[in-house]
Amino acid sequence: MTKSSKINKAGHESGKLKFSFFPGCSLKASGHENTDSLLKFCDMVNIELTELDDWNCCGSSSAHSIDHEVAKLLPMRNISLAPKGIPLLIACPSCMIRMKSTYLKIKNDPILKKEYETLWEKPFDEDLEIIHFFEIFERINLEDYMDEPDKKLKKIKIAPYYGCMLSMPPDLRHEKNYYGIIEETLSKLGGDIISYGYSNMCCGTYLSAAKPELAENVVNKIVSQAMEAKAECIVTACSMCHLNLEIRCTVKDPIPVLHFSELLSMALGVEDHKKWFPRHIVDPVPLLKKRGLLSS
Amino acid sequence: MKMKREEQQTLSEEIKENSGINFNACLHCQSCANGCPFLEGMDFPPNAVFRLIQLGMDEEALNCSTIWICVGCNTCSSACPMAIDIPSVMDGLRQKALKTGIKIPEPDILSFHEEVLNTVKKYGRTHKLEIMMRYKLRRMDLLSDMGMGLKMLKKRKLDLMPSKIQDIKAIDKIFKDK
Ligand code: SF4
Ligand code: SF4
Repeated sequence: MTKSSKINKAGHESGKLKFSFFPGCSLKASGHENTDSLLKFCDMVNIELTELDDWNCCGSSSAHSIDHEVAKLLPMRNISLAPKGIPLLIACPSCMIRMKSTYLKIKNDPILKKEYETLWEKPFDEDLEIIHFFEIFERINLEDYMDEPDKKLKKIKIAPYYGCMLSMPPDLRHEKNYYGIIEETLSKLGGDIISYGYSNMCCGTYLSAAKPELAENVVNKIVSQAMEAKAECIVTACSMCHLNLEIRCTVKDPIPVLHFSELLSMALGVEDHKKWFPRHIVDPVPLLKKRGLLSS
Repeated sequence: MKMKREEQQTLSEEIKENSGINFNACLHCQSCANGCPFLEGMDFPPNAVFRLIQLGMDEEALNCSTIWICVGCNTCSSACPMAIDIPSVMDGLRQKALKTGIKIPEPDILSFHEEVLNTVKKYGRTHKLEIMMRYKLRRMDLLSDMGMGLKMLKKRKLDLMPSKIQDIKAIDKIFKDK
């Protein structure tokens, strides 16, 4: 059960939290192990997610880089699809930034609001809450869903990796700050958090495709710093960061990179790792077995 | 090439008007440059781009690789003591460079963005495999990084089929004149 003090938060209904869910392209079409473990996790903690009907790409960095008009309209359409009365949950940090900053721009600009209403033929929802996956932990008490929570992760040494999501653009700087959520959550579950220098260095995003050498350089710095600090794995909360940390790493014998959602699901006893881990370039199974987190 | 005084004012003012950002507050303390993860790929550090504009060297500013290499990670703006929204200035300069038709010093990055938007226009969502294939064809370079592509396919990190939306008309509306 969830804490009674949280019962009145939006999205709460008969003990179950309900959110509409925007997966975004990275999770939907490539980070399947991330999506799958995230959905399992939500299910286990009594959260009901309904995928936003017919959502489109948020425009990502590309629209933002070369076409401001398209960059404005793509998130706008998604906002227009969000059902009233329940929060919209986004798991991808980059989609989150695009959607939230567009939402706030419309909210604060009557001309833009007019444009929105003319284009999508519906009133703008002034009360829509757009939240990141991290904000779930303010609304549930994870320890309520398991016995002996602090024994779940068996002191596995974790280097948390946020990428650039903690460096919010100036227009979102007064919004929620996610600093420390991975640390707090996973240490409660018995993980051993390592501190190291590059936990919020950008992963290179699309430079991974267009300028691989630049991405390789930052990825190697991140992974080798984590390894020097004696981490056994890196934990990310972004599908794209995960991909870059895996494919652009050229350090010798790199440690595995896990999705935050995979560890969360495992702590709750979900046993779907056979679907997730074959999709990783660095196989986490030997480490997880060594630590007693996996038996088969 | 130095441009005339009026034109210099125009670029600086134009950026200010479009993005609301006054980079003339810059102290040239270099915090942005020191923290930028991709500095080595740039021909000028971020604050030097501001200096170029201040010196009236518009063409150099619009033609530099910095505005294309910058991914907008906000590491710099979080560190800037003057709270300058540096990536937004880069954005403004990039859009201006596209508008003026100046030669783009990082054509690969531009092609990549164009291919991403092509798939969004077609399907409403990105399709990584198609983006990569078309991007490589455009560069006439199918072979470099091929091992990586195969590894990604093997690990099923690239879906073969695109994920499409139903209401493609809405997307046409978004991309109307393009
Ligand atoms: S950090 Fe800010 S003030 Fe310092 S050089 Fe960069 S833009 Fe200028
Ligand atoms: S936003 Fe651009 S200039 Fe600033 S740190 Fe990131 S890549 Fe460098």
